[in-house]
Amino acid sequence: MGKDIREDIAWAQINTDVLKSLENPRKLFWVIIFVALMMFGVGVGCEVYQYQTGMGVAGLNNPNVWGLYIATFIFWIGMSHSGTLLSAILHLMHADWRKPIYRFAEAMTTFSLMTAGLFVMVHLGRLWQFYYAVPYPNERWTWPNFQSPLLWDAMAIFTYLSSSVIFLYVGSIPDFAICRDNVHPGWRKKLYTLLALGWEGTDRQWRNFRVTYLTVACFLIPLAVSVHSIVASDFAMSQQPGWHVTSFPPYFVAGALYSGCAAIITLFIILRYVFKFEEYMTMPILKKTVRLTFAIAMVWTYLNWVEFATVWYSHDEVAKGVLIDKATGRFAPFWWAMNFCGSVVPFTMMIKRLQTNIPVMFAVSLLLNLGMWLERFMIVSPTFSHGYYPWTMDANYWPSMVQWGIVFGSFGWFTLLFMTFCKIVPSVSMYEVKEMVYHRSLATKKAELGLEGGH
Amino acid sequence: MSVSNLLENWSKFRHNHPVEDKGHPDWQAYPSEIKWAMAIDLDACTGCNACSVACYAENNLPVVGKEKYSHGQAMHWMRIERYWDEDNREFPDQGAQFLPMLCQQCEAAPCETVCPVGATNHTEDGLNSQIYNRCIGSRYCSANCPYKVRYFNWYDYPSTENVWPAPMEQQLNPDLTVRGKGVMEKCTFCKQRTYTARNNAKTEGRKIHDGDVQTACQQACPTNAISFGNLFDPESRVAKQWEQQQVELIKAEQEKDVKPGNNLRGYRIFEELRPYPSVMYLERVRENGV
Repeated sequence: MGKDIREDIAWAQINTDVLKSLENPRKLFWVIIFVALMMFGVGVGCEVYQYQTGMGVAGLNNPNVWGLYIATFIFWIGMSHSGTLLSAILHLMHADWRKPIYRFAEAMTTFSLMTAGLFVMVHLGRLWQFYYAVPYPNERWTWPNFQSPLLWDAMAIFTYLSSSVIFLYVGSIPDFAICRDNVHPGWRKKLYTLLALGWEGTDRQWRNFRVTYLTVACFLIPLAVSVHSIVASDFAMSQQPGWHVTSFPPYFVAGALYSGCAAIITLFIILRYVFKFEEYMTMPILKKTVRLTFAIAMVWTYLNWVEFATVWYSHDEVAKGVLIDKATGRFAPFWWAMNFCGSVVPFTMMIKRLQTNIPVMFAVSLLLNLGMWLERFMIVSPTFSHGYYPWTMDANYWPSMVQWGIVFGSFGWFTLLFMTFCKIVPSVSMYEVKEMVYHRSLATKKAELGLEGGH
Repeated sequence: MSVSNLLENWSKFRHNHPVEDKGHPDWQAYPSEIKWAMAIDLDACTGCNACSVACYAENNLPVVGKEKYSHGQAMHWMRIERYWDEDNREFPDQGAQFLPMLCQQCEAAPCETVCPVGATNHTEDGLNSQIYNRCIGSRYCSANCPYKVRYFNWYDYPSTENVWPAPMEQQLNPDLTVRGKGVMEKCTFCKQRTYTARNNAKTEGRKIHDGDVQTACQQACPTNAISFGNLFDPESRVAKQWEQQQVELIKAEQEKDVKPGNNLRGYRIFEELRPYPSVMYLERVRENGV
């Protein structure tokens, strides 16, 4: 395997290369922004219609009271996990190949959480009363129900979102200072001056910075694990067949890391191409990310089979019925597609030649995420349409265009946030890349010296 | 208002587990001598739907129309389920069984624990209540209900859908609300009637008697298949039926079911899931398709 990064890149070169990505958007940028806005517009239009008319237009019914909103909510929550994996867990493990790619992964975490948060809102029948779920003292003595996993969910997501925003911001401070020192005077300079919090790069500042960064990283890791375990509890703690599964929390966390890593590969390839980051987002780094994704894919596959096996060998006929219905009923094409995309497609990542093949990896990463979206859909819907009560079994349920429109719009919203982010915050962490280059060159020098000393 | 105040308030509406605590539903906060319960005789039920119609009239249920009904958006708190017999006969001769299904008012209701805002709670007379004003429409209660007897207001039926065009709004029952869009609703065991009966009894300074209150479905049933009353009152018809059938409220598995040679007809649906439902069904014994 080649080097993660060349050790002879000049620090000034890093600055210019990365800062270039913040300036002069190309035509393609505006095209993407426009398309994303249109997509988001579709979603907003659907939501306005649904808000005015009622949830019925989403095609939900009894028993299918939850649908794509919840499925896509889990999808976006899942997407948010890889950022923490790369920036916090790998940071603690001193895996320095993460350095050029963790910034955008962390941004992805924040934005996908914000997208997931929207789905919670969109799902509510009375959106205008959402604050009832917040514990605030009031004259009517009402209080949320702390027994409900849905409430834990709201709390966990809010905590995770606020912590990851802090983490993203703290980690960017030295880079904001570089921006402040390099951009032309104007509103951007004022913005960066404000964001950099007077960073001067003194020893004391660096020391405080390291401690803060490490503390937030340590705080974020248990949060990342708990937030998706709690999302899993929404299902696992209910009584419904197909949901009442003990292994759901680790299964959900594995699925989350999986789809997040796949999304990192997608964005890695796009950013590398768009911003010409070939020097920083190198092939060996892609290779390592692909290998990591493959490992997580296998964990997910294993947990998936554990779930099937526990249901199959249990004496719970109803849960078994749901599993059989998934494999043979209305949702069979989606269920098999999920298994194919989630468990078979990742094997292309085992082939060394393909690990650095950009078009193949791009297609694979998209397929993996399609599989993971289908997984969430297959967790939510079949349990409703094939639940306990035979009279309410519904072999024809299909979400309406309003639901699909909002799901579609959410991708526009995410793209919009991400594109805006790329133009405001350096999507490659400059100071960490410099550290990486420095350590590399130091190591080479030492090796050379050691070699000379041997003579 | 302090946090401890709020915490106390919160714990008040959570009643304890019916079995693990004292062997009977424990309402320390609101001691009660009433536990409303029902018995439905499937042998007497002819599937005529009168109960369902009566429920629509009594509880201001919107008639959603053919299209929405076929989309599974009907609001029938009391529904008659039809199960065709597999007896190799064609339609007019084919046998069918009917099951009137309504909220089972479970003692350990799966819907109650999952509501994020505590909009569905247990009342002191053993009902599973729904606070429309508190509901935010997350629909988790319906997701966790094994019977799927909770109905969501998918549209704004009173206003935009105009299900009661003038002068039909004149026939709405003034004793209870008309629900707007985005809230969950379900059978209340005709709460407006039980509360009136309790108030009357209180005014007269006596205990509530069997027959003081009838639910709308019970009143409309031409074959008297439904009985409703206070399970804690040994003289009530429903208590006698439960006793005869040896069905006990707080058991997840009835002793009579494990005894050999059991010929009793009483059973509760999904008893094994331990929601401790308050509705007992009497199994059908007459032959089908006759």
